Amino acid sequence: MTPVSLYTQAILMLAALVLFTSFALLAQARMFALIRLYAWQGTLLAVTTALVAWVTHQPRLYISALLTLGLKALLIPWFLNRLVIRLGLQHETEVLQGNSLILLGAAALTVFSYYVVMPIVQLSTLVTRNVIAVSLAVILLGLLLIIVRRKAVTQVVGFMCMENGLFFAAVASTYGMPMVVELGVAFDVLVASILFGVFFLHIRDSIDSLDVDRLNQLREGDD
Amino acid sequence: MAYPLTAWALALLQTLLFIASAPLLCGWVKRVRCAFQNRASPPLWQPYRDLGKLFRKSVILAEEASWLFRATPYIVLAAMVLAAAVIPLIAVNLPTDAIADVIVLVGFLALGRFFIALAGLDIGTAFGGIGSSREMMVSSLAEPAMLMAVFTISMTASSTNLSTAMHYLLQSGLVLRPSFVFTAAGLMMVAVAESGRLPVDNPATHLELTMIHEGMILEYSGRHLALIEWASEIKFMIYAVLIADIFLPWGIATRVTPWELLSGVVAITVKLALLAVLLGAVESGLAKMRLFRVPEFLNLAFLLCLLGLLSHIILEVAI
Repeated sequence: MTPVSLYTQAILMLAALVLFTSFALLAQARMFALIRLYAWQGTLLAVTTALVAWVTHQPRLYISALLTLGLKALLIPWFLNRLVIRLGLQHETEVLQGNSLILLGAAALTVFSYYVVMPIVQLSTLVTRNVIAVSLAVILLGLLLIIVRRKAVTQVVGFMCMENGLFFAAVASTYGMPMVVELGVAFDVLVASILFGVFFLHIRDSIDSLDVDRLNQLREGDD
Repeated sequence: MAYPLTAWALALLQTLLFIASAPLLCGWVKRVRCAFQNRASPPLWQPYRDLGKLFRKSVILAEEASWLFRATPYIVLAAMVLAAAVIPLIAVNLPTDAIADVIVLVGFLALGRFFIALAGLDIGTAFGGIGSSREMMVSSLAEPAMLMAVFTISMTASSTNLSTAMHYLLQSGLVLRPSFVFTAAGLMMVAVAESGRLPVDNPATHLELTMIHEGMILEYSGRHLALIEWASEIKFMIYAVLIADIFLPWGIATRVTPWELLSGVVAITVKLALLAVLLGAVESGLAKMRLFRVPEFLNLAFLLCLLGLLSHIILEVAI
């Protein structure tokens, strides 16, 4: 058995933890806890990026780690928290129907993403190539979160989670994207979160709820 | 492979030590809990006194009790003693290693549980029935999680033999495996549920509506009750030693020398004492769950074990 370097161990551990936060997001019904979990996922991403930067001696990745920490672990969660308070959703919990089934589905998605990336893994020589499967799983789990939840805030968290997955794939498998792309994506996400905030207010003004299922009913004067 | 007679004697001695020290572990857990809750605690050997008292008392049997009811305490204790013989406590490479298979272990635990549930039903009282059905519900959810954890460990070590797996883990040194972190968390939750500890079942309760394990054994008295209590103390210790063995295997004796055996005894004592402190802290911090939330708890345990398995396959197989 070949000894595994500390770096690989740490990256694999972080990857597993990121996957775990995605599962935890699916299981969590409370708004604040959901946002806190999202912030933790952002923190884990920032730690991963800093670790990759330290090992590969790429100073620009430190900037990207700082950016991740600032945006995904602090600013966006803070913004979402404020939005939840402003919309008066602090005490709302979503009804999770068939949650154990959803979690099993999430596990199936993880297996599926492992199966899908198998050809890529065989071509790669990086030690962290296995992480690609995890990041694809994180993307799919974010998508699943959007599909199974009704509240708009949760769906936004799902969207952000998908973006986290993409970022994780970029950092772990190719040591980060070019700086310009990274900055662009980061600001896109920030702008998106602000736009979502505006949208929430509009949705609530027009249908008196953030339950997006009610957007399906297009009749006016419905009781 | 032929083993010298001393190895057999050591294996026997290890099992005897295991079953003799199980009440001590329970006493220690009780002490830790009392310390956390600022109460005066009973002495460490209180469980032995309780057992001794019960052994001296006469047995009172219900009129409808069948042979099953009378045989169950012996069957349960025998199953637990055999399961305890399977687990390496202070040394590996003993003759009993040949049957030290984790799936056999799960089978022994299931055998004991099956008979105790039957005995709960046998007498025909309402509480026995409630206890049995609840116990079956809990175990039907906990067993998949436990097996998932077992699979993760056996895939890592490429063997379902506990002793071989421990050898592999000792040889590979200190490696942080994400799969083991998840599996450890999941297995601890399973252990809490299966040995009837606090968030799932309260071992000290006599409030009928919340009982699980106590409900099943409500009709037992005297010698029979002592055997069952002892068996459940051994079962608790089995889970504790299993967790200590797999996730912290260091310190166990690999050769039969006095020095190594001594270090094995010290190591397992320290590990169990620390695990008990952790358990005591958790039990003092949590309230008992409603019964209908137990499936959620065990679902989380299953998910953690499943994640452990997945992260083993995805992240660790290729390295």
